[in-house]
Amino acid sequence: MTSTNTTAPLISVRNLRLSFPDRAHKSLIGAAPRIEVLKGFSIDIPDGKITGIVGESGSGKSTLGRVLVRLLEPDSGEVLFDGTDIAHLDEGALRPLRRDLQMIFQDPMSSLNPRHKVWRIIAQPMKRYGRGGSKSDAIAALTKVGLPAAFADRYPHELSGGQRQRVGIARAIALEPRFILADEIVSGLDVSSQAQVLALLKDLARDMGLTVAFISHDLSVIRHLCDEVIVLNHGEIVDQGPVAEVFDAPKSDITKALLGAIPLPELDDNWFD
Amino acid sequence: MADTTISTPRARRSGKPNLRLWLPLLWLGFVALAAILAPLVAPHDPLTQDLMLERLPPFFIDGTEPGYLLGTDSLGRDVLSRMIHGARIALFVSLIAATATCLFGSVLGLVAGYFGGWWDRVISRLVDIWMAFPPVLFAVLLVAVMGTGLTSVIAAIALIDWTRFARVIRAETMVQSRMDYVDSSRIGGARRIATLASEILPNVLPSIIALLMLEMGIAVIVEAILSFVNLSISSDDPTWGSMIAEGRNAIHFAWWVLLFPLIALFLTVLSFSTLGEGLKQRFDPVLQ
Repeated sequence: MTSTNTTAPLISVRNLRLSFPDRAHKSLIGAAPRIEVLKGFSIDIPDGKITGIVGESGSGKSTLGRVLVRLLEPDSGEVLFDGTDIAHLDEGALRPLRRDLQMIFQDPMSSLNPRHKVWRIIAQPMKRYGRGGSKSDAIAALTKVGLPAAFADRYPHELSGGQRQRVGIARAIALEPRFILADEIVSGLDVSSQAQVLALLKDLARDMGLTVAFISHDLSVIRHLCDEVIVLNHGEIVDQGPVAEVFDAPKSDITKALLGAIPLPELDDNWFD
Repeated sequence: MADTTISTPRARRSGKPNLRLWLPLLWLGFVALAAILAPLVAPHDPLTQDLMLERLPPFFIDGTEPGYLLGTDSLGRDVLSRMIHGARIALFVSLIAATATCLFGSVLGLVAGYFGGWWDRVISRLVDIWMAFPPVLFAVLLVAVMGTGLTSVIAAIALIDWTRFARVIRAETMVQSRMDYVDSSRIGGARRIATLASEILPNVLPSIIALLMLEMGIAVIVEAILSFVNLSISSDDPTWGSMIAEGRNAIHFAWWVLLFPLIALFLTVLSFSTLGEGLKQRFDPVLQ
């Protein structure tokens, strides 16, 4: 299955396979049986667009995301980033590429080191890639995500959930990467913070020309934010294409079921009585 | 912007002083001062014997001599002066031995917990084997092999107790290694060793400090035990352990020879472990 878009992909995945050892069913002798998480599929992440990756929990969407930024190494297959196969590069060879492959994590409490001040969290990677790294550079990044300069000297636990997630975004964009993986970044936030963080991400992606892979289980968020969508189920792709096409004419029952799960406002006739 | 209100995060820190921090610091500072200034503040030479003044009771009991505040032992040596000089040895041993133990054990624990794999397997097996030895016997054996003296006591403590650090710090490091900030450090292009040193270590440090304080207390006890069984320095030299050992022989007619060093030992060990907990809380930005 190929994507129907016309722009060249920034990341192309070919025949991606990944399995984890299943320690719960390991016999006393011999290797543990393996659970296939990603079952050999190919996808393209188009350049300069926001691609949604949806699926129920356990569908392999987060695993796929972690392969895209090479926190995980696949068993086999290719992950072509701008033409380079990064699927099996070692950490030393990946390091120069990491500036372009950033990630925003699901849980900002856990992904921001509780011992470091906000400005240090943002500035440390900048320093490593020779892109500044002073406190004022960090404050500039904070401003971009709509946080006041005074937050630079805070610790993460002194911020609210929405503020923390903004710091996570600031850290990712401060390196001016080409690709950002956003892994369920609003699932821990209340509804009003969700909307603000999503609007911020959308603006930044447009202004900076970012390519974003947005992982979510919530199709209404995907519809609002994304250009393209990939629907995963049990490690296989069941639907993909431009958001409008997939949502208007879903090919698989899984997509239909996910679409059916979006709560729509229904007006009860007797509501006013 | 709804979510950018500025609170006052430092407000909770002030208020009542933390007694768990200040009481132990007060006592340990007092002991340290006595140890450093021992030749100046000790009223008598700790080694001078005077059989005319043997077993003088402390100041609050009849029949005492002025100038012998806590009485004398069965050889007529001043108990207070011996305690002050004993503090020197106790603190010296606890400082050096605990620091050495801490460095050695923590590094192994951090490496095992973070790098895992073969590092972890080798270090963890070593810890298991090490802990199978009975510690006191092990210490006695080590001192017997290396000869008595403070160096042997310090070496024995470090060689036995590093497992305490290695085990606890390994477990703590493993928990921290699973946090997302470790992955985000990788995403930010950090080398593994840099991630360990600048991301994980600051989160494990409060536990290391608490353990270090605990270990200082343990070192004081181990030194006292080895002195008690005459395996520390020469039995003439005043240590709390040897004073307790001598006091034991005379407990029925001169209980003070045993009791005062015992109180000093007890308060010092208690102070170290309380201080460890206090410091752990003090340096945790979340608990503050």
